[in-house]
Amino acid sequence: MAILVIAEHDNQSIKVATLNTVAAATQLGDEVHVLVAGAGCAAAAEAAAKVAGVSKVLVCDAAHYEAQTAENVAELVKGLAANYSHVLAPATPAGKNMLPRVAALLDVAQISDIVAVESADTFVRPIYAGNALATVKSADAVKVITVRTTAFDAAAAEGNSAPVEALAAGADLSVTALVDREIVKSARPELGAAKVIVSGGRGMGNGENYHSLLEPLADKLGAALGASRAAVDAGFVPNDYQVGQTGKIVAPQLYIAVGISGAIQHLAGMKDSKVIVAINKDPDAPIFQVADYGVVGDLFELVPQLTAAL
Amino acid sequence: MKILVPVKRVVDYNVKVRVKADGTGVDIANVKMSMNPFDEIAVEEAVRLKEAGVATEVVAVSCGLGACQETLRAAMAIGADRGILVETDVELQPLAVAKLLKAVCDKEQPTLVIAGKQAIDDDANQTGQMLAALAAWPQATFASKLVIADGKAQVTREIDGGLETLSISLPAVVTTDLRLNEPRYATLPNIMKAKKKPLDTYKPADLGVDVTPRLTTLKVAEPPKRSAGELVADIAQLVDKLKNVAKVL
Repeated sequence: MAILVIAEHDNQSIKVATLNTVAAATQLGDEVHVLVAGAGCAAAAEAAAKVAGVSKVLVCDAAHYEAQTAENVAELVKGLAANYSHVLAPATPAGKNMLPRVAALLDVAQISDIVAVESADTFVRPIYAGNALATVKSADAVKVITVRTTAFDAAAAEGNSAPVEALAAGADLSVTALVDREIVKSARPELGAAKVIVSGGRGMGNGENYHSLLEPLADKLGAALGASRAAVDAGFVPNDYQVGQTGKIVAPQLYIAVGISGAIQHLAGMKDSKVIVAINKDPDAPIFQVADYGVVGDLFELVPQLTAAL
Repeated sequence: MKILVPVKRVVDYNVKVRVKADGTGVDIANVKMSMNPFDEIAVEEAVRLKEAGVATEVVAVSCGLGACQETLRAAMAIGADRGILVETDVELQPLAVAKLLKAVCDKEQPTLVIAGKQAIDDDANQTGQMLAALAAWPQATFASKLVIADGKAQVTREIDGGLETLSISLPAVVTTDLRLNEPRYATLPNIMKAKKKPLDTYKPADLGVDVTPRLTTLKVAEPPKRSAGELVADIAQLVDKLKNVAKVL
């Protein structure tokens, strides 16, 4: 049976997380279908058809998918699931919001945040903030899975031309209305897809220091900005900057942790980075246990020096 | 308006768990157990709604071992009015918990369920969404702000790259994110008072729910360890290493 991937998209284009999810799907079988549910989403469907490994794109274009609410999308997916052995979505805020709803409607378990595929019914997933890896086997007819995007290399975004098939819309449950959506426009790369991340912690002292010290460094490196939970709790930056068990899981080529002590919950979010640099005044900070390169000293001196040296 | 708050007993967030040598799980014998931090935020939010005169009753529910009574008492010490324990020693997975909560909702008829977005042991992030699906209610996950007005909930949610605000009809399920509130510390008088608050116990069979696990854990292993690297003397040396050894610049 085929595998269904639920695309994350903004009607115009598909998010990179979808490419990672397609890559995971291709490890489960040859026939991968991608569902694009939205309003005026033909461009996103075309983009999905170009992704390597996709054999068919299902596009469901209707006004009541404009906000892609979990209620309406889950209802649609429930109707499709009987034709599939697996239903996958990225383990992003959108995927985590919607997919458990699908699983419950199908009366099956969801396997969250998989980092490896062992076989068609057996998967590896982190538990306890990544302090343990559980190998779990599903006995359900349909396997409903969210995919940790950093664990699977993205499928190529170009080169394919899969057929695009229009689907009739599902029911509009009309229980949810989108009032407002504020997406912060940023010239920086997205945290989840960035090659370099500069992250600040409680050691930054306040939000002003965070921005005045880390932004110039991130600009030099073309980096995304991240933060520890402590920095978010202290109000230095918004929650969507948060890297960690309760925030985003990242795995860039280079992760620079500034004034971050390295609590377990933060390490869970960044320890798969290729190269980790830590700048901290406390030589005993746990962050140095995972860092490839550490500099002990005053971040208020060291960060401007680093920015100047690049 | 009645608010139901599910609370889970988990290994305390300060404990670094160890994987058992035989690979069957993590060792939780003799470690400190606490209420899941996101559930604490949920209890706090419900109690604040009661203090604001929006809610009339806050009911905490926990599913699992008899020891979950402690977690219910902790919720009542924050301000929940009573507790319901669904007692079983079967390993409960999110779908089973959602079914138990659905059955409790059928009995209790709450207007709102406020749940933690994820438990810090299995990190599943499923139960609230599953309960909403089973009850055919709307959901608003990862809430950073919650306002009840005109028979609806207006919920600001944390999404990728920003925030969105949803207006959802009630009854509904809301799950909490970090910034929703900062839970209070329970005071000693309130801890004492909580001991006298009512606590009902059911078995899954009383609620007509089959809690058989759907997923089997084949093994639990340590993640690959990252070894500590080197301390460098200054920024010049750091930049040199990044350019010439790690080759990431």
